[in-house]
Amino acid sequence: MKVDDVLLRFGELTLKGKNRRMFEDKALEQVKRVLKSFPQVEIEKTYDRIYVRLNGAPFQAVADQLKKVFGLASFSPVIRCTLSLDEIRRAALETIQNMEPRPRTFKVKVKRAYKAYEHTSLELNHLIGGYVLKNVPGLKVDVHHPEAELMVEIRKEGAFVYSEVIEAPGGFPVGSSGKAMLMLSGGIDSPVAGWLAMKRGVEIEAVHFHSFPYTSERAQQKVIDLTRKLAEYGGTIRLHMVPFTDIQIRLNQSKRNHLLITLMRRAMVRISEKLAEQNGALAIITGDSLGQVASQTLASINVIGRVTHMPILRPLIAMDKQEIIELAERIETYPISILPYEDCCTLFVPKTPSTNPNLGIVERIERGIPELESLIEQAVLNTETMDITPEEVAAETSHLF
Amino acid sequence: MLYLDNSATTRPLDEVVDAIVEVMKVHYGNPSSLYRLGMEAEQLLNQSRTVIAQSLGVRPEWVVFTSGGTESNNLAIKGTAYSYRSRGKHLITTEIEHASVYECFRQLEEEGFRVTYLKPDSSGAVSVKAVEKALTPDTILVSIMHVNNETGVIQPIREIGEMLKNHPRILFHVDAVQSVGKIPLVPEGWGIDLLSVSAHKLHGPKGVGLLLKREGLKLRPLLAGGGQEFGIRSGTENVPLIVGMAKALRIAMERRAEHMDKLYALRDALIARLRDIPGIRLNGVQERGKVAPHIINFSIPGLKSEVVVHALEQHGIYVSAGSACSSGDEKPSRVLLAMGLSEAEASSAIRVSLSPQLTEADMDRFIQALETVIKTLKPATKKGEIG
Repeated sequence: MKVDDVLLRFGELTLKGKNRRMFEDKALEQVKRVLKSFPQVEIEKTYDRIYVRLNGAPFQAVADQLKKVFGLASFSPVIRCTLSLDEIRRAALETIQNMEPRPRTFKVKVKRAYKAYEHTSLELNHLIGGYVLKNVPGLKVDVHHPEAELMVEIRKEGAFVYSEVIEAPGGFPVGSSGKAMLMLSGGIDSPVAGWLAMKRGVEIEAVHFHSFPYTSERAQQKVIDLTRKLAEYGGTIRLHMVPFTDIQIRLNQSKRNHLLITLMRRAMVRISEKLAEQNGALAIITGDSLGQVASQTLASINVIGRVTHMPILRPLIAMDKQEIIELAERIETYPISILPYEDCCTLFVPKTPSTNPNLGIVERIERGIPELESLIEQAVLNTETMDITPEEVAAETSHLF
Repeated sequence: MLYLDNSATTRPLDEVVDAIVEVMKVHYGNPSSLYRLGMEAEQLLNQSRTVIAQSLGVRPEWVVFTSGGTESNNLAIKGTAYSYRSRGKHLITTEIEHASVYECFRQLEEEGFRVTYLKPDSSGAVSVKAVEKALTPDTILVSIMHVNNETGVIQPIREIGEMLKNHPRILFHVDAVQSVGKIPLVPEGWGIDLLSVSAHKLHGPKGVGLLLKREGLKLRPLLAGGGQEFGIRSGTENVPLIVGMAKALRIAMERRAEHMDKLYALRDALIARLRDIPGIRLNGVQERGKVAPHIINFSIPGLKSEVVVHALEQHGIYVSAGSACSSGDEKPSRVLLAMGLSEAEASSAIRVSLSPQLTEADMDRFIQALETVIKTLKPATKKGEIG
């Protein structure tokens, strides 16, 4: 089937009354961004609809890109033809024949915006429906609960025929809900947490803690690759690489092995908070899932969270590991996350981390490390910042290829 | 010198050689090493995989680097046979495969596998019907080349792949060593599970190739070792040659359509001239789309291939007797005999194979030399079998 246009439907944001225009513009910006590599496509806004005119761009590739736009609820491939009844009928038949799975029942819905057209909506219903019925064996009409609605729009400039409705991710366009700082470890959970926040319209920056030379540069590359994956959904993401080795070594010297993770996480949150404030982010996002590991028991979450007044968003808090993995696979971060390189959280890990840390004790240990504050300042100061684009930047070695 | 043996091997492109040299000099780390030098090498490997995957329209996970076409074929065929033997022990291939495929099946026969060798028709192609008829509930693998290396005849890979989509438990291997970069090929879309490619046939370096392998497919490795290449092909990756291959393949694919038109034009001009020479028999189908654009095979019954090859060499022209890989062999071509040629026809076969750098003037030069050679050699042959 030769698809001419793609009809876009913006979902939830239509509920937002007066904000609708702003949301729609933001979503459209994203549509334009993901379709940048198809210079021939054009966006066409009519009074109540938004179309992507393909102008020869391959539909499947465009569809794959549209599935990365938050705020887009669904879209439909459209055949555009002249107002000749023959052509409209053929387009209608082709549309039904190309649906996968083939519907068993359908109904025709005609929208006749061009009132001077020779046939009325009712006539067209019969003229088109009858033709499709005759040519698709086994197909029946069901006006109440059809498996497919065959939409035919008659406009002065031509007829638009479509039926298939393809799900898009929904949510709000990235950037419509402000900015937050994602703590990105390189594991399975945090990229999913970031993705879910983005789906609610949050623009993210990411912060990663590395312990070079205890962790390899490959671990950092992995985080860059994860960030790039997320950037496909919302555009360029700023990534902060924080050198965490000194803090980690100093905390380890406190010999409170079972509290090390708690102490480390608190230090990370403090650094993330500072970076968030510097960059205009209003919250911290983590991949915490309640009870998954020692640092994610309610007691741990409490003690860690107390270190900041900034809200911590935990989109995965109530999700099971399996659900998180399924989502990670869907957004294609999973294969990157499971690469075997160590991150800083797996360094100096105690055999029995506390699942029930005590806030008073933890704060006392921290007070016993007078240089902790300056170490944290140092880490923030020495943070390396990079902007990760959805497209792989040409490597220095690209001339070799 | 006029090099007309591009199916034996090709001259590497200068930019390919430059890339290889640079990688050898600068990025000599082992991709598995932990430090930066190793990481750089690993990144080159990943970049190569991405470039190759994009060129061939598959996902990077499909690309397994090997030492060349022969290894890719061995890995695909033996790897499948050993991994899926519990599913069945029947294998299907053709009588016209390259030795690196054919001899694999011979070995597997000795190990208790049952092999059906399909015969081509006189045009040089096997039919989809014949493949379908040979299928049994015990069949686990069909292995058929895309373009025959001796005749250039295109096998109906796309149609066979379509037919095999109805048999999802049967794996489909294609030896595409002579077709990649020459004619259209859509590995995933055509239902191909395994596909062999060699770099030195497309102006890349010798000693490197790849096997495309559909995700989820098991292959028992040929080599035990460090588990490189997804555990399928152990051995430190040959980074310089892999980079060179990626570059050569990218260029070949980018210019494929343009080169195909040019090569077909050269080929058509050449066969028109060959038809005018009495005593020459063109082998296999000659129609565009049914034969690859770069290979021409003809016989001069009465003149042994080897003699003609050497006589042309005296004119500075390099062609091949059958395929280069079997040139030490005294026996006439198994492929041509399978197509129904007589011994005399098969043992006088000459293969000319083109590259896009050639011109029509080169074709004229070849024809003139060939006519001279035939005239000179003719009196030495008995009873004027020619003309």
